[in-house]
Amino acid sequence: MKTTLDILYKDMLIEWRARSRTVALLSFAYTILLLFAFAIGPDAAALRHHAGAYLWLGLLLCSTLLLDRSMRIEFEADAVSKLLLVPVSAPGLFYGKAIANSVQLWIVGLISIPMVIVICDATITEHWAWLVLTIFLGGAGLAAPGTLYSAMIARLSGRQLLLPLMLFPLVVPVVVAAVKTTSLVMLGDPMNQAGSWLVLLGCFNLIYWSLCGVLFGRVVEA
Amino acid sequence: MDTVVKAKGLGRRFGRRWAVARLDLEVGAHERLLVIGPNGCGKTTLLNVLSTLTPPSQGYLELMGGKSNPRADIGLMGHSAGVYEDLSASDNLMVFARMSQRDPSQIPTLLDTVGLDLRPDPVARYSAGMRRRLALAQLLQAQPRLALLDEPFAQMDPGGIAQVSQAIRELPGAVIIASHQVHHAAPLCTRAVLMDEGQIRWSGAADKAETAWRALHRERGDL
Repeated sequence: MKTTLDILYKDMLIEWRARSRTVALLSFAYTILLLFAFAIGPDAAALRHHAGAYLWLGLLLCSTLLLDRSMRIEFEADAVSKLLLVPVSAPGLFYGKAIANSVQLWIVGLISIPMVIVICDATITEHWAWLVLTIFLGGAGLAAPGTLYSAMIARLSGRQLLLPLMLFPLVVPVVVAAVKTTSLVMLGDPMNQAGSWLVLLGCFNLIYWSLCGVLFGRVVEA
Repeated sequence: MDTVVKAKGLGRRFGRRWAVARLDLEVGAHERLLVIGPNGCGKTTLLNVLSTLTPPSQGYLELMGGKSNPRADIGLMGHSAGVYEDLSASDNLMVFARMSQRDPSQIPTLLDTVGLDLRPDPVARYSAGMRRRLALAQLLQAQPRLALLDEPFAQMDPGGIAQVSQAIRELPGAVIIASHQVHHAAPLCTRAVLMDEGQIRWSGAADKAETAWRALHRERGDL
């Protein structure tokens, strides 16, 4: 637990010191949302109907940049070797980094919501807490496998291309569940389906966070 | 004499090439060992294997008298500085002090020892020599029982070499230095080994290292 907190503190400190990169990430998310709006055109109903999908596709694309950077800071000057000699435990390292990545995805997701509402003319018809919970579970569902995969390919050339190729197929269930829940919260949920989709998201998180925590040690030592 | 390194028939292979082969080595608890040899002779691989970060492909390796997890007692200053580029020097030391539960009040003294200022610039703006000084400060902070230094004088100016030499003298445990700069490293060491093609070709007193080094070069036709 202490290792996890130490790694989380370190990653948050690095992000704070290099906060211009976080602003760039937010700008990237906003640009993607704007591009979706331009691509759909002036069809307000279509924009409103697919607002949840645009939000999550934006977050998914941002996550690849964020996750690649998160592991690059460990490998670019071989700081990971120093961590292993402290020594930090591999699960502690994984959970610290995955939580730090989740926190950043949550921030990007929450700050993107007002933009989605403005650009897509969307409204939140259900309680806003459902949307916050969806961002929380969806962001965590992207961060856990993303942290593992970014560590796997951190020393490879072409890793920025490899990461989405490996990550996207794995997180399809998370994205589908998150888009469904977000759409239900925005468009209305007369059949009370949002809860079921959130349970599904929670289950995927449970699988990803436990499995990736076990596998991360082998990846880092290799 | 307590030994911190006991290696017998140690080997490490990359593909079909043996970077280190059938190497026997013992290092005492406070011994200072210089490892010299031509480029590609296996010095860096040997240090990486001794650090436990690279597993050996063959042979027997016992560290810290057979301690089950010796990593906390090992410090490595490799080719890369092992620092976070976006953090300042003091932030870097603070992060590792936190993780290894060391006293952070020592950070200004550590930076002063290696000739770095307490300034807020990120390490990304540091020169290569300053990064190596920071890596050495990390090593001093960790106070390892076995310090492994790979080319500690690389990219250093003369003032830096003097400060780094002094800092290496202050390391508490065993020290293994791999360096081409024999005239700088030899005075810090008691014993030296000369490596060639992954094996130890010569072993003796550190002050004889330069002679052995020149003899190898003459034999290879480099001089």
